[in-house]
Amino acid sequence: MYSEKVMDHFSNPRNVGEIENADGVGEVGNASCGDIMKISLKIEGDVIKDIKFKTFGCGAAIATSSMVTEMAMDKTLDEALQLTNAAVADALDGLPGNKMHCSNLAADALHEAIKNYREKQG
Amino acid sequence: MKQVYMDYNATTPVRPEVLEEMLPFFREHFGNPSSVHWAGRQVSGAVENAREQVARLINCSPAEIVFTSCGSEGDNMSLKGTVDALRDKGNHIVTTTVEHPAVLSTCQYLEKNGCEVTYLPVDEHGMIDSAQLEKAITEKTILISIMWGNNETGTLFPVEEIGAIAQKYKVRFHTDAVQAIGKIPVDVQKANVDLLVLSGHKVGGPKGVGAVYVRRGTRMTPLIHGGHQERNRRAGTHNVAAIAGLGKACELAGERIEGDYQRVRDLRDRLERGIMERIPEVKLNGHPEKRLPNTLNVSFAYIEGESLLLNFDMKGIAASSGSACTSGSLEPSHVMGAMGVEIALAHSSTRFSLGPDNTEEDVDYVLEVLPPIVERLREMSPLYKKKA
Repeated sequence: MYSEKVMDHFSNPRNVGEIENADGVGEVGNASCGDIMKISLKIEGDVIKDIKFKTFGCGAAIATSSMVTEMAMDKTLDEALQLTNAAVADALDGLPGNKMHCSNLAADALHEAIKNYREKQG
Repeated sequence: MKQVYMDYNATTPVRPEVLEEMLPFFREHFGNPSSVHWAGRQVSGAVENAREQVARLINCSPAEIVFTSCGSEGDNMSLKGTVDALRDKGNHIVTTTVEHPAVLSTCQYLEKNGCEVTYLPVDEHGMIDSAQLEKAITEKTILISIMWGNNETGTLFPVEEIGAIAQKYKVRFHTDAVQAIGKIPVDVQKANVDLLVLSGHKVGGPKGVGAVYVRRGTRMTPLIHGGHQERNRRAGTHNVAAIAGLGKACELAGERIEGDYQRVRDLRDRLERGIMERIPEVKLNGHPEKRLPNTLNVSFAYIEGESLLLNFDMKGIAASSGSACTSGSLEPSHVMGAMGVEIALAHSSTRFSLGPDNTEEDVDYVLEVLPPIVERLREMSPLYKKKA
């Protein structure tokens, strides 16, 4: 049911963890829907120099989290804000239909982390 | 890669003796048992033989067995057929919140069509309170539908008490015994059951066949109208090969129930103990003692069931989960919800259901593979704070 790319990111997820003293942190989802994604960012100038994720969720949730960290790394904040959940799913060669709405939140978590950073900047 | 199947509550492999029993009915003995000629006569005996084999397993008379296509059909037939036939007596059904969807969805359908349904709650072990059942019965109650053993947790309901209550209030008692059959002794007389549903593929028989025990004298409208098969209780040409297979599977189950399931219980207990010893923060879902001997349902805190199953699958282990992702809806298992399991733990619930083909080696393999998988997924989880 999952593409090879999803299974690759699921079994060897990239950038797992939490950045200490992160510049921005974003968390989306909740326990009742079964998916929680947390993204932390290290930002230098206007560029994402490091990004890590922690996810409670199904195969799709973990794979999209991993994929979004790869896609956002070394991007400017404005570039990262252009990333959409749909683009993340496309980069994984698609997700099963029933996963598109529930477990495809990784770009939202990234955007939340950027928002958190910008709020802290004031 | 080693493959370990621990999903026997989902389905079981057809036993070799069962397959042998079935094969002649595809080519050599292909007749329709309703025909009068030689080809029909060749097979009608096989259907009646199977009826006896099924009847013996649950202690009823062969004439009280009706063959069906599956467990869901049996539940639909029992509920809809009772409601239709007893329209003049009442419209109230008492069931539980943890029934199989074949019963729950049918009840919801019947509610839309004028029935009233009481769904009895369960406690943290998934157990009902018989006193609540008794209180729920009204003068309009026509049916109690309570499963023998729960498919997700294995919790065994007090069927003999339920049967006694049904008798006291003269209410019909239907039980979905799909998971209990072949795993524990099932006796329709002792439990005073009026309608009992079983399925072939859960007991080493083929898919596509089941049976309903219908106590003699039980008025019921058929679900499938048509020819005169099954004493007018269920129309449709007999699936002879599958029926013969079901019969053989029931015969074997009866002979082996004690030996097989003592062994399976030991394996299940070894798995349970091993998991609890090796992995912290694991919660048992289901009754600690009153439980099917093969079923172990546990929640591994902080990780989601589907990601766990995918990791198991990569190691050749087949199990199942009550997480939303595997239930095909956005909600986790209704059984976990009814037991009051915290929602994140409900998404974590994982069912191992063992069978007679499992070995000690299988259990030890799972116990070896499991801890690092759980540890790795927990490291990934934002809910997990490692204990110092």
